[in-house]
Amino acid sequence: MAEKLVLIGAGMASGRLIELLLDKDPDAYDITLFNAEPRGNYNRIMLSPVLSGEKTYDEIITHSDDWYAENGVTTYFGCPITGIDPIKKVVSSPRGDVAYDKLIFGTGSEPFIIPVPGHDLPGVMAYRDLDDVEKMLVAARKPNAKAVVIGGGLLGLEAAAGLKEQGMDVTVIHLAGHLMERQLDPAAGYLLQRELESRGITVHIKGATSEITGDASVEGVKLDDGTLYPADIVVMAVGIRPSTALAKEAGLNVSRGIVVNDQMMTSDPSIYAVGECLEHREQLYGLVAPLYDQAKVLAKTLLGEEAAFQPVEISTKLKVTGCDLFSAGDFADGEDREEIVFRDAVRGVYKRLILRDDKIIGAVMYGDTADGGWFLQKIKDREDISEIRETLIFGPNFAQGVPADPLAAVAALPRDAEICGCNGVSKGDILSAIEGGANTLDAIKAKTKASTSCGTCSGLTAQVIQTSLGDDFKMPEADVICKCTDHSHDDVRKLIIAKELKTVQEVFQELQWKTSCGCHVCRPAINYYLVCAWPGDYVDDGQSRFINERVHANIQKDGTYSVVPRMWGGLTTPDELRAIADAADKYQVPTVKVTGGQRIDLLGVKKEDLPGIWYDLTQAGMVSGQAYAKGLRTVKTCVGKEHCRFGTQDSTGLGVKLEKAMWGAWSPHKFKMAVSGCPRNCAEATCKDLGIVCVDSGYQVVVGGAAGMDVKETELLAQVPTEDEAIELTCAFYQLYREGAQYLHRPYKWMAKVGLDWIKEQCVDDLENRKALADRFHYSQQFFQIDPWAERAKKGVDAHEFAPLADFTKVAAE
Amino acid sequence: MSEFVDIGALSDIPVRAARVVKTHHGCIAVFRTAQDKVFALEDRCAHKGGPLSNGIQHDESVTCPLHNWVFDLNTGQAKGADEGLVRTYEVKVDDGRILLHRSAIGLQVAAE
Repeated sequence: MAEKLVLIGAGMASGRLIELLLDKDPDAYDITLFNAEPRGNYNRIMLSPVLSGEKTYDEIITHSDDWYAENGVTTYFGCPITGIDPIKKVVSSPRGDVAYDKLIFGTGSEPFIIPVPGHDLPGVMAYRDLDDVEKMLVAARKPNAKAVVIGGGLLGLEAAAGLKEQGMDVTVIHLAGHLMERQLDPAAGYLLQRELESRGITVHIKGATSEITGDASVEGVKLDDGTLYPADIVVMAVGIRPSTALAKEAGLNVSRGIVVNDQMMTSDPSIYAVGECLEHREQLYGLVAPLYDQAKVLAKTLLGEEAAFQPVEISTKLKVTGCDLFSAGDFADGEDREEIVFRDAVRGVYKRLILRDDKIIGAVMYGDTADGGWFLQKIKDREDISEIRETLIFGPNFAQGVPADPLAAVAALPRDAEICGCNGVSKGDILSAIEGGANTLDAIKAKTKASTSCGTCSGLTAQVIQTSLGDDFKMPEADVICKCTDHSHDDVRKLIIAKELKTVQEVFQELQWKTSCGCHVCRPAINYYLVCAWPGDYVDDGQSRFINERVHANIQKDGTYSVVPRMWGGLTTPDELRAIADAADKYQVPTVKVTGGQRIDLLGVKKEDLPGIWYDLTQAGMVSGQAYAKGLRTVKTCVGKEHCRFGTQDSTGLGVKLEKAMWGAWSPHKFKMAVSGCPRNCAEATCKDLGIVCVDSGYQVVVGGAAGMDVKETELLAQVPTEDEAIELTCAFYQLYREGAQYLHRPYKWMAKVGLDWIKEQCVDDLENRKALADRFHYSQQFFQIDPWAERAKKGVDAHEFAPLADFTKVAAE
Repeated sequence: MSEFVDIGALSDIPVRAARVVKTHHGCIAVFRTAQDKVFALEDRCAHKGGPLSNGIQHDESVTCPLHNWVFDLNTGQAKGADEGLVRTYEVKVDDGRILLHRSAIGLQVAAE
């Protein structure tokens, strides 16, 4: 016959205990659950997201009424225990007496209210349960409502951030010298304060509350120093105390909490405790991980198994969106301690490890907490870190040289992160499909439509599935960029956008590059992806560019350079030709050649002469022809109807317009264009990346040609009736290619991957999207249509590139 | 006379960049790494003579701009499948100044 188990308090620890008991031996006990709150168990640590509006109450329920019923647990909710008779083994409640064989205290804790004058006014509240949250939400509905939070610890700051999210004017008053002083050191506390202040929360450090003012209800909070903050509500979050009144009455041994041994047994062998109400080896516990450990130990004890609770190192994370902090262990300064500190002011990152005898004893991190778990494990294991000390602070990837887990970045994406842009599929949609039973890539694609259009997200989709299904799912082989990473080009592009990565180092850090600063393969690719993703925002990294793009000229086999000025649409003038001839003379250019793209190439210019020759050419009104760029190269034209007897449109004029609109843009690879005035196609438009063939009725825009290693004829993208439409479609196609293709893929390679039909859907059929693409292109262009030659020849940009550091050929000649 | 010659300030070379020192015996490429270490190598790739000072630098290696040979800045040894050696020269940083060994510049003859 089952023993009678009575539980007081439906909190997280007791909830876990019930689960464990039912799981291990559902018939061992008849369970009766009392709770003073009129509801069952919910995830109390998720109160903050409920307050900030990110979650609803329903979403944080862990055990519904139905769950208790299905599992045979008798519940008395909204029903506080009024007395316990440990001799008769009976508890009393307003709804009658219940006998027990085993009694469990899960009474939790009570918020501590500072007994200042006015602490009992209406409007003063704690931050403890759902009722408190509801009171706060009601207060926040009043326009311009003001809240003062007393206590800048974990709970107080979560309350402050949540109230701010609800539109309240929030002030935090904190007694200590910096926020969260039990978890953070002053430096991290400062970064946190700065972050909260930037959100408009007022933070008053070293503030001692002397009085809560108001007549019928709260009106303000007065501090020792005389400062008065007006307030409609005051939230007290200065700490908690174990709820022990009932235990004391029952005659149990109570110190600060209900005293238990390693088996969670109180001074009465039939009575146990779990959770925040207990005291174990003079230690109180308030964080969820050790409470769950206690539940595990108690479940075993109750089922007659051996178990003992061991105090463990605990870590803390703040549940305020956007404030990333982590702390664990002991981080006070001390004689016998050493520390390793890492700061990145730009990213607002601070990491500090505290070492004693070659072991980590504490860790504080702010801004980037990805490695927190790894450090915590080292603290727990008391691992000797002397071997990896030099790179320890950089985390597991650098310190151990083990292959990084490329899934970590994907696992860290929020549920609303977009995975498939074509079909608007989020990470959450994919996870829901898996929860709904889909367990293969094909099933998930069929269900969500993820990666069924352009397909560039198929790698990312697969990774999301793997984070959920683990080893049950076999990843398709992906093309990784290079040996520095396990990510493919497509994944990196999408993650740059999804995670808003804006520097090369950030990409390496967040996507867990295996090398400290990449290599000549990945760095130029990443630099381009950032240039494309964040025009005007990203600062181009010259050292991640191939030399030609760094010095804006083409390196030749002997280390000299070639210089090609732009000739718009292949047009030039006698003045330009004279200037080119003069420059060629002046700088003793050995070879002058006409290129296939209708330009003049000055070959064999010494590197140090580049700024000089550019100066002369820019004086004649010429700009860089960007013949070196993975970007817009040339627009070749025929003479068109102005001169030609077969010409149907002004092909030269259109070529010049296109070149004026598109010069300066960077793309995954070089991009060559041509405009022919009639289908005789003298400008050879049908082997270009994009060509336009004029006909009587309009303009045929053809794409995906090549005349290099591969020779490809273009395919028709669309015929449009006007010049303006031809230009818009051209810009839209170019932008689609810029945003989607992998680095060093010419359009024809990208087209083979995504398909011409998909491209047509994007920029031919969907006029709105065509315009949006063109608009994005023009927006980006404002930052890139700056002549790099003039910048270097006249403004001294990158002067270090062109002059030697030192020249001893002259010294020794003396 | 000091064995080393001051060739400029560390800050004259951007991080992860290189600059050239011209001598009668050809150019020397002086590299500054992300960790502010400095290396001096002959500015001629062992393969086809490409100017290594114009390459992309990564960790303590440089990739030649002509045909992507990669050299270890510490040893001048080609990495991977390629075989070749580029001369390295003694160089150090003292108080923010870059000091190159005199022998690199071929000055010992002229100076004495």
